Amino acid sequence: MKTESKLEKILESGQLAVTSEAGPPRGAEPEVIRKKGEMLKKFVDCCNVTDNQTAMVRVCSLASCIILKELGISPILQMTARDRNRLAIQADILGAYAFGINTMLCLTGDHQSFGDHPTAANVFDLDSIQMIQGVHKIREEGTFMGGAKMTVAPKMYIGAAANPFADPFELRVMRLAKKVAAGVDFIQTQCIFNLDKFAKWMQMVCDEGLDQKVHILAGITPMKGLGMARYMKNKVPGMDVPDEVINRLKGVPKEKQADEGITMAVEQIQQLKEMKGVHGFHIMAIEWEEKVPEIVERAGLLPRPQVD
Amino acid sequence: MIVAEQKPLKEIINMVSPFKKLLIVGCNECVTVCHAGGRKEVEQLAAALSMAAQKDGRPLEIKEVTLERCCDPEYIEQVRPFIDQYEAVLSCACSVGTQYFADTYPTKWALPALNTSFMGGSLAQGIWAERCAGCGNCILHETGGICPIARCSKRMLNGPCGGSTGGHCEVNPDIPCGWQLIWDRLVALGRIPDYAKIMAAKDWNTSRDGGPRKIVREDLTI
Repeated sequence: MKTESKLEKILESGQLAVTSEAGPPRGAEPEVIRKKGEMLKKFVDCCNVTDNQTAMVRVCSLASCIILKELGISPILQMTARDRNRLAIQADILGAYAFGINTMLCLTGDHQSFGDHPTAANVFDLDSIQMIQGVHKIREEGTFMGGAKMTVAPKMYIGAAANPFADPFELRVMRLAKKVAAGVDFIQTQCIFNLDKFAKWMQMVCDEGLDQKVHILAGITPMKGLGMARYMKNKVPGMDVPDEVINRLKGVPKEKQADEGITMAVEQIQQLKEMKGVHGFHIMAIEWEEKVPEIVERAGLLPRPQVD
Repeated sequence: MIVAEQKPLKEIINMVSPFKKLLIVGCNECVTVCHAGGRKEVEQLAAALSMAAQKDGRPLEIKEVTLERCCDPEYIEQVRPFIDQYEAVLSCACSVGTQYFADTYPTKWALPALNTSFMGGSLAQGIWAERCAGCGNCILHETGGICPIARCSKRMLNGPCGGSTGGHCEVNPDIPCGWQLIWDRLVALGRIPDYAKIMAAKDWNTSRDGGPRKIVREDLTI
C-alpha cells in the first residue's frame, strides 16, 4: 500500500469502490455538510468534497473534509488549480494531511467565468497533470515541488478526473496516459450518459493497458427530470447527453421523471459493472444526495466492504 | 503588435474636463495599424472633444501631434519645445507611450485615451486577436506553433481540459479551444507522440511573476 487511504485498500482488494460527493454550502453552515455526510455514510466508501464547484464560492473543501472526517467518513479532498498557486496547493495538502485526510482529487477547475465572481483573477499556476506530478513527488520523494526536503511528507492517494466526452476524442486516452505517467492512482470520470462512447473510450484505455495502472471509477449522475437533461445536453460544456436519454424522460409523466432518472442510473451501473477496467462508481447526485442510498442499494452495491 | 482600442468617448471627456489646454498625441506604430491612436484617430478625437467642450460651455484649446513612436525617448522629446503651453497630454499611444510621457514630463498630466489590450495580430479587416501573453519563454516549437499560455483560457500546458467541445473553449463558443488547435497541428505535422510528453510546471519567473522585466543588450548600449 502506498498510503493509508480507505479507497486504496478497497480498490487494491479488487472490490468495486463506491464514492459520492458532497457539495459544501454557500454559507458558514457546518450542519449542511454533516447532514449530507450522515446521509451518505453507510452507503459509500469515500466522499468527495467539491472545491468551489462551478467557480461558485462555498465552504472550503479542506474544512468540509475535516467535518466529514469527524463523522467517521473518509473524505476525498478536491483541489482546483484555478484558485491556488503551487505554494497554496502544497500548504493545503500539508494541512489536510495533518487532519488525517489522505485522499485527494487533482483538478484544473472550471474557469471562473462560470461562477459568481467572473471578474476574479484566476491562478492556473499548474494544470491538473502538473498537480498530480507534484503530489506524487511529495509522496514518493518527500520533497516539496520546489525540491526542498519536507520534515514529514503527506502520503496522499492521488486521484484525477477524466472526461471521455470532451473533444478531441482521439486525444482523451492519451491525456489519461499522461495523468498515469504523472503518478495518478485513481480516476473518477465525468458523468456518463452516452454508454456507447464510454465503452469505446474504455476499450481504448484497456488496449493501452492503462486499466492495469490506474483504477477507473465510472461517473454516474441521476437525472432529476427532463429539464435537467436538456440543460446538461445544451449548456454544460464537455457533457454528452444522447437523444435517447432525453426521449426516455420525455416518455414518462413529469412527476415520474425523477424516479425514471434513478432507474436509468441503476441500469447504467448494472451495465458498467460488466465492463472491463471499471473498478467502481463515483455517484454525483448534484444537490440530490438523499437519493444516493437508493441508487447504491438498487444497484446491488450493498453492503459496503469493511476495511481497517 | 500591441493591440489597443479607444476608451469610450464619455470616459475621455470626463478625464479631460478639468483642463483648458490639451496636447493630444498619437503614435504612428501599432495603434495606427489597429486604428486606435494614429493621426486619423487623433484628428477625430480632437474634433469630438472640442464639440463636447463647446456644448458644455467649457473653453478648450487643443493641439494635435502624431509621433513616429511613443516608446522611444528620441521621439518623445519632439514635443518638449511646446509642451509647457499645455496642461496635460492626452496620449493616443498604448500604455507604454502614455507612461513615457509621464516619465519624461513630470509636471504634466499624462492621460490614456486608449485601453491597451493585448499582443496580437489582425485576423481580417477590423478584427484583431491575442496571440502572445509575453511570458518570456517561448515553447511554440513544442506546441505546433500555437501558444497555450495565450490561447488556452486556463493557460494549461498539458491540455485540453474537459470543457473543450467541438473545437470551442468552455468559456465562450466564440473562442477556439487552444489545445484543439495544437492537437490539429500536431496531427497535421505527424507529431502526435509529442502530446504524450508531460510539460513540467512552468517557470513563471520570466513572466510578470518575476517582477517588471528589462532586457539589456550590452553590445548595443553606448
